[in-house]
Amino acid sequence: MKTEYKIIADIIEKNSSILDVGCDDGSLMEFLKTNKSTNIRGIEISKEKVQTCIAKGLTVIEGNAEFDLKQFPNDSFDYVILGQTLQAFINPELVIKELLRVGKKAIITIPNFGHWKVRLDLLIKGTMPITNSLPHNWYNTPNIHMCTIKDFVKFSEIIGFKIFKSLALKNKNISNINNSNLFFKNLFGELGIFLIEK
Amino acid sequence: MNIKENIKTLMIEKPLKLDCGQTISNFPLAYETFGTLNENKDNAILVCHALTGDQFVTGINPITKKDGWWTYAVGPNKSIDTNKYFVICANVIGGCMGSFGPSHENPKTKKIYGTDFPVITINDMVNAQVNLLDFFGIDKLFSVVGGSMGGMQVLQFVSNFPNKARTAIPIACTSNHSAQNIAFNELGRQAITADHNWLDGNYNLKNTVPDKGLAVARMAAHITYLSKKGLQEKFGRKLQERDDLKFGFDADFQIESYLRHQGSVFVDRFDANSYLYITRAMDYFDLVKKFNGNLSNAFKNTKTKFFVISFTSDWLYPTQENKEIVIALNAIKANVGFVEIESDKGHDSFLLDVPDFLKAVKNFLDKSFVEKL
Repeated sequence: MKTEYKIIADIIEKNSSILDVGCDDGSLMEFLKTNKSTNIRGIEISKEKVQTCIAKGLTVIEGNAEFDLKQFPNDSFDYVILGQTLQAFINPELVIKELLRVGKKAIITIPNFGHWKVRLDLLIKGTMPITNSLPHNWYNTPNIHMCTIKDFVKFSEIIGFKIFKSLALKNKNISNINNSNLFFKNLFGELGIFLIEK
Repeated sequence: MNIKENIKTLMIEKPLKLDCGQTISNFPLAYETFGTLNENKDNAILVCHALTGDQFVTGINPITKKDGWWTYAVGPNKSIDTNKYFVICANVIGGCMGSFGPSHENPKTKKIYGTDFPVITINDMVNAQVNLLDFFGIDKLFSVVGGSMGGMQVLQFVSNFPNKARTAIPIACTSNHSAQNIAFNELGRQAITADHNWLDGNYNLKNTVPDKGLAVARMAAHITYLSKKGLQEKFGRKLQERDDLKFGFDADFQIESYLRHQGSVFVDRFDANSYLYITRAMDYFDLVKKFNGNLSNAFKNTKTKFFVISFTSDWLYPTQENKEIVIALNAIKANVGFVEIESDKGHDSFLLDVPDFLKAVKNFLDKSFVEKL
C-alpha cells in the first residue's frame, strides 16, 4: 500500500532516526531509507521476513515487539512506526507505552474496524467480517484486538497519550480527522494513521 | 607431517604485552589468505577460527589434505566470496598450526615450552592478529567474521579497534563463558592431564602424546557441538556393523564408533597442550566483566555495523547469550541486525551446509559492501 508509505514519509522529518516495529518484508523501511533517512532499523518476528530484509540490505533484528522493545533505552529513536499490527498484540496498551518510551514520537496505523463494509458484513451476514485489509477467518486471524478509529481516539484519553496528527485513508485519498468529522471518518476510513506523543 | 613447509608466517617483532603480564616479541603468526586484495585495500575480511580451527579456511588444507573447516561458507561465489573479498585468517597464538604456541621451543631453555608457555587470552589472540592488517597495509577491514571462539575474537576485535572494521559478524558465540561452558572445557582438560602420557605437559621430550586423553576431550566436546535431535536422527540406537548387541564394551552403537573416530582423527592434527591453552583462553573470556558489568561499554566508540547470528538448536552458545550482545549494542544505538537460524545441527551449524545461514551471511556482506560509506 504505497499511499500509506507516502503518508508516513510525509510525517517524518528528514534524517531522523526511525524504528519500524513489525517491519515485515522491509518495504516501508526501503521506501523511507530512500526518501527520508538512512538511519532506520526494523524489528520483525518472522525469520523468513528478517532474511528478506537482510537481502535488501536493511538492518533488522529478529524479535517480538511485545517483549523485545525493552532492550532499547528511552528515546532511542525520533520515530517509532507500528504499521497495522497494534491489533495483533496481547497487550496493546503496553506496546503503545513501550513505543512512546523507545521513540520520541510514534506513528501508528490501524485497519479501521468501524468501516461501513465491516459493519455491514456483521449486520447482514451475521459472520465475522472479512475484507481486503482483514482477510482472515475468525479462527485463524492474528488480529485479536481489533479497534476502530474512534476506539483509538478514545484509547488516547484512557491511557493518556497525545494525538498530534490523525489521518484517515479512503481509496488512496487522505483526510484529516477531527472531532466534528470523527463519525464519518470512522465510517468511511479504511485506515487510520496517527502521530502520537507521550 | 611437516608443518613448516606449507605454512606462511609473519614474524611479529613488536612486543606484545599479554594479559597474564608477560611480554612476547619476535614470535611467529601463521596465516593464510584467499582471494585478492583490491587497489583501495577495502575488501579484506578477517576470519577468526574456533577452538580447533586453523588458518586453512577453505580449499584443501595442505596439512590434513582435507577440505578447509569453512569450505561451505568461504570460496568463490560462496557466502564469503573470494572472487570479491580478500580473506585473511591467522592461526591463533597458543595454537598448533604454526603460530607461537606451547609446542614451540623456548629460546631460553632450548626446550619445548609445554606448560611453561604463557597463558593467553582472546584479547591476546586479537592483538597478535591485528599485526596482519599493518603487514598488508589495510587501514580498515571490510569485515571481521567468526563463529564460536571466532565470534569471541570478533567481539574483542571491535572492542579493541573500534575503527578497524566496517562490519562484524559474531556467530553462535557469547560475551562471556558460562559455568556450563567452563565445565565442559575443564572436562576436556582433565581428560588430557589424566593421560599418563601427558607428563606434566612434557610429552614431546619423551616422544609420546597423550592421545587417549586428547581423544576423550574431543569426544566430550563433540557432543556439545551437536543437538540431541540431530544425534537421534543421525544415529538413534543403530548398531555398528553388527546385528545384535555383543554384551561387551566394544563400540556396539554407531554413535560410539562415530565419537571414537572423531577422537582418533583429532589427535593426528591437534596438540594436547594447545587444547589446554585455547580452552583456557575461552574460559577467561569475559567482555562483560572487563567493562565493569556493562557490555555496551565494550563497543562504546564503534561505528561498526554488526550482524549477530545464532542457531535454534545450539545449546552451547544459545540464542539468549547471542541476544545479550544485540541488547548491549542496541543500548548504545549501534547498528546491529540479528537473526536466529532454524537448524537441528546444534552449535556446529555454522560450519555446515545450512542454507538459511549461508544466505544470510552472503546477503549481509554483499549488501553492506556496496553501501555508501
